[in-house]
Amino acid sequence: MQLQLSEFHQFEAAGHPFLYLVPSGGIFAVDDLSKRAIALLKESPRDAKALLDELVAGGASVEDAKNCIEELVASRAFAPEGGWKEPVDEAPAKFPLQTLVINLTNQCNLSCQYCYEFGEDKVATPEGKPKFMELETAKQSVDFLFREAAERKSVHITFFGGETLMNFPLLKQVVDYSRDEAAKRGVTIDYSLTTNGTLLRPDIIEYLTANAIGVTVSMDGPKEMNDQLRVFANGKGSYDIIAPKVKELLKNHNTRPIAARVTLTNGVKDVKKIFNHLKHELGFHEVGFAPVTTSPNRLYAIDENGLNGVLAEFEELAYEYRDYALRGEHHGFSNVSDTLSELHQGISKSHPCGAGLGLLGVGPSGDISPCHRFVDSDEHKLGHVSEGMDTAKQQDFLKHGHIHAKYDCHTCWARPVCAGGCYHEAFVRYGDTGHANLHYCDWIRGWTDLCLRIYGEIATHNPSFLNHFEQRKAA
Amino acid sequence: MRHLRAINKKARRIDDLQTATDGDVVAMQQNANAAQRPHYPMGCSIVFSPGWEVDSSGGTAGLCQPVERDLYDCYISCYWPAQVPDHLNNYPEWTSKCAAATKDWRNIDLVFP
Repeated sequence: MQLQLSEFHQFEAAGHPFLYLVPSGGIFAVDDLSKRAIALLKESPRDAKALLDELVAGGASVEDAKNCIEELVASRAFAPEGGWKEPVDEAPAKFPLQTLVINLTNQCNLSCQYCYEFGEDKVATPEGKPKFMELETAKQSVDFLFREAAERKSVHITFFGGETLMNFPLLKQVVDYSRDEAAKRGVTIDYSLTTNGTLLRPDIIEYLTANAIGVTVSMDGPKEMNDQLRVFANGKGSYDIIAPKVKELLKNHNTRPIAARVTLTNGVKDVKKIFNHLKHELGFHEVGFAPVTTSPNRLYAIDENGLNGVLAEFEELAYEYRDYALRGEHHGFSNVSDTLSELHQGISKSHPCGAGLGLLGVGPSGDISPCHRFVDSDEHKLGHVSEGMDTAKQQDFLKHGHIHAKYDCHTCWARPVCAGGCYHEAFVRYGDTGHANLHYCDWIRGWTDLCLRIYGEIATHNPSFLNHFEQRKAA
Repeated sequence: MRHLRAINKKARRIDDLQTATDGDVVAMQQNANAAQRPHYPMGCSIVFSPGWEVDSSGGTAGLCQPVERDLYDCYISCYWPAQVPDHLNNYPEWTSKCAAATKDWRNIDLVFP
């Protein structure tokens, strides 16, 4: 049998060689003999018998060499001539809904310049649609969630906006209604929300705590950074308003971990300083970062050089995470824990995220969209909560977003975790949700390689830490 | 797998699949993860008879035919009190003249306790 290398990414951690197999997502530590076999095939494909003889000539026993080659073939690190054929799995025709993101309002009291809902690259077409969701629409949304969730035993609602807390009265009504409906059906339900923090009040905090509603606060770090783009309509920064309210929230809300979500822009990319402020000075449980979604010509866009700089900063902070993990301590840089969780499961994605599958967004008008980022956009409407899903459009969206439809991704080793990247980012950049996000490929590979090495180090020196990732997080 | 060590959950599934596909059935063995070589099943009472498919040398010559082979296994490898001479204490030499059961079975003689 003629053998050739199949697809994998080779990396070293704690002085040992590892393989990250593609597309399965399996991570194996390899011994010296396997390493030698891989090096030989890397030179050129060759016959299995010739490879065996070379390994034996190098000092291995026939039985060891034979087992070693068999294992490399069985794990699909090696392939017979022509390579392995990847099965083409179509998007499932019916996928039970797990999470509904309800935009209680599309109104906001801030005017962050980079906002994807109101900024220069917005996809929403809110003209003539309600600005605040009505109770009737909200109830229909909840009914829709339970209907589409089919046999699922637990579902999730995320409240979103606009600024979510501008419609706090409706939030409470939705919680009451959905909790009753869940109890009738014997289903568990939980909640989270995203807020800019400006409208938090003691009674709201008390309510969120009592109902174990998870909170993510969008803010960009210390005052001088946060106030660059997160401003009120009159241009005044929001930090001084938010900071005391967030401290109050973090002091009192003890039923769910509270996270901060940072948008990195051209002027705001001092990752470590932002992390230290949010984690250690304000006291968030975890902090996640994402570069702003924008067309490349905006003033706040981060160019390629800037992205490399951000990756270098991410790396520094990720090593800090590793040091914490090796001591068995919680760090809080959630970009790392999210990636480690995916690597630990060894997931291999057909689609970049759950949008349009297990997760849907619904706008104040009741229009359904793939996720919260497409809410109120006529072009991306996938139905209405009163009428149900437009399954033809949903299938079209999913078919378009499938990894097999992305030609550029076919030779990339990072595709099991990336699958082409965010639909919304792709739409803003390329006008097509199914386009691969080619502008950050190097970033994704760099980041995945870094997290693989950190994963390998933790697996070597403190494997029990990985138990945190045994349960797969619900999408 | 011995040359590749499964690290994450997916790798463990690949490893399990590989073992289930190509590995020997080692149910109820004390050390299921030991290197898989041709072997006796541990304990004849758990094996579906007749025939153990391979003998201790990996061949078929020592299978339960001819019939002496049955005696031989109860004698040499089984602690179970069987109707055969007792290898451990009284008759350690009983099969010493029987190098291959298929040819030398006549050399296994009767014993008179």
